Amino acid sequence: MSAPAAARLPRLLAGVEGGPLDLEAHLAIHGPVPVQPKPRRGRAGELIDTVEEAGLRGRGGAGFPTALKLHAVAGARARGRTVVVNAAEGEPASGKDQALVSIAPHLVLDGAALAAQAISASEVILCVSEDSPQSLRAATAAISERRSLNGEPAISLAAAPSGYVAGQESALVSFLNGNAAKPVFTPPMTFERGVRGRPTLLSNAETFAHLALIARHGAAWYRALGTAEHPGSTLVTLSGPVDHPGVYEIEHGATVRSLIDAAGGEREGIRAILVGGYAGTWIDGAELEAMTLDDGWLVPRQASTGAGVVILLGESACGVAEMVRVARWLAEESAGQCGPCVHGLAAVSERLEDLAWRGDADSEREVSRLAAVIRGRGACRHPDGTLRLISSALGVFAEEWADHARHGPCDACAAPPALPLPDVVRGMALEEAS
Amino acid sequence: MTSRHVRVNPIACEAHGMCAELLPEMIELDEWGYPIVDGKALAPALAAHAERAAAACPTFALLVDRRQTPPPARERTDTGAQGVRRRVPRRPHEPRA
Repeated sequence: MSAPAAARLPRLLAGVEGGPLDLEAHLAIHGPVPVQPKPRRGRAGELIDTVEEAGLRGRGGAGFPTALKLHAVAGARARGRTVVVNAAEGEPASGKDQALVSIAPHLVLDGAALAAQAISASEVILCVSEDSPQSLRAATAAISERRSLNGEPAISLAAAPSGYVAGQESALVSFLNGNAAKPVFTPPMTFERGVRGRPTLLSNAETFAHLALIARHGAAWYRALGTAEHPGSTLVTLSGPVDHPGVYEIEHGATVRSLIDAAGGEREGIRAILVGGYAGTWIDGAELEAMTLDDGWLVPRQASTGAGVVILLGESACGVAEMVRVARWLAEESAGQCGPCVHGLAAVSERLEDLAWRGDADSEREVSRLAAVIRGRGACRHPDGTLRLISSALGVFAEEWADHARHGPCDACAAPPALPLPDVVRGMALEEAS
Repeated sequence: MTSRHVRVNPIACEAHGMCAELLPEMIELDEWGYPIVDGKALAPALAAHAERAAAACPTFALLVDRRQTPPPARERTDTGAQGVRRRVPRRPHEPRA
C-alpha cells in the first residue's frame, strides 16, 4: 500500500481543521483500512515486520520499540489476547491523546484493529480518561460507527480514573481487572499476563494511530520524516507564554523554535523549557535556539521527549515557586503503596520548601541524599521521574534557589501558577500545526 | 549460568524490618524502616539466610530470585523481560495481574 501521499505534515492531524472526523470523513482522508493477510497459525502478522522497518516507538513516554512489544504479545503462549489503547493521559501538561481520540478516533481504532489482527487478539479496549467528556463522547460515537466495518474485533470503551500514576501500564491493567488503578509489582509483565490474565498489548493511543498510517503507506513513507533513530512525526502538547498553546504535530527532530513559531511566538523571554512532562527534564532557556525535539540532542542532557510534553517557563515566572508547587503535587500523587515513594517524595518536597522559603541551604544536600536513597525503589517509575525533574530544576534554576535561600521569596513567587496542574490545565486550547 | 538475587516487592513491604535483622549482609533499612537491598548476586554462603529472611517476612515482600547470568546493565523498561524467574512460590497476598 505505498501511496505517493504526502510524506509531510500533518499526518495524524490531516483534515481535522473542520472538527472531529466521523468514519466517512476519516476514510475519505486516509483511505480504506488496508486488508492484512490473516497471520498463519502460530505466526505473527506481516504488519509487525513493517512496523519494525518503520522503527515505530511507543508514544506513552518510554519510547519502547512497538514491533518488539507486538512480537512479545504474539509470541506469548495463551489463548485469547487483548489489545488495550491507553488514552488515559494522567500527565496534566499533556493533552495529545485526549485531542487525538476526540478529533481522529478512527485513526486510533484502525491501528488498534490492525494490531489486534496481527497478534490474533479478539478484543480491543479503548481507555479514555473519565475527566475528558469530549473524548468519551467521540470514542462512543466512533465505536458504534465501526459496527458497519467488516472483520472488526470487539471494541469496548473504559473510562479510566484520573490520577498521575493511574495511566501507568500496570495500573491501567489493574483497573481493567477490577482492582485499584495503581501500579502493581512486576513481573509478570503485561505482555504475558495482562487483562484477565491474558497476554495484552497495551500501547499509547498515538502509537496506534501511527500504526494505522504505517499499515496504509508503508515503512519508507513513515521514515520520510524524522531522524533515523526516531523516524516519523509526533504529537506535542505545548504550554506556556505563547499565543496558541495546544497540541501540535511535528517532525521528530524539529526545533523548539519552529514549534514556538507555529504557536504564534513567545510573549516574553523564555527562562527554561521543561521537556517530557513532570517526569521530565528542565533545559535552560539559553539553549532554546539550539534545542531540537530529538533524543539525539536531548539524551546527553538526561532528557527525552517523553509523551511529547513541552512546557515553556517565561522569565516573569519563578522557577523555584513553580517547582515547589509541582514537587508537592507529585508527592501527593504517589499511589501510596511503596514506602520509599510515600515517605521519600514527601520528605524531598518538604526539603525543597525549606530551601525556597526558609533559607535552609543544607536542604539542597539533603535533597541529593534523599534522592540517592529513594531512586529505583518504587514499583513504578514515579519516584525516579520526580527525582529527575527535581534534580534538573536544582541545576537549571541554581541561581534562583541560591537567591531564595539568601533573601527569601522573590516578587514572582506570588504570581499565579504557570506550570499546569490538574485544575489549571482544563480547557487548554486544541490547536493543530499548520 | 544463573545467580541468585534478593529483591523486595515494595508494594507488599510494610517496613517490619525482619529482613535486615536476618540478612544484614545484604539489607539495610532506610530512615523510614524500609529495606535497601544490595542487588549483587547472593554469595552461596548466604543463600540459606536469604531463604530464611524471605520466609520470615510478615508480608512475604522479600523475594529470592534466580537470574540468568549478570543482569543486563541497561535501564529497566516497562516491557523488558529480565529473565527473572520466581523462586519463592506465589503467595496469596501478592497482587495478581
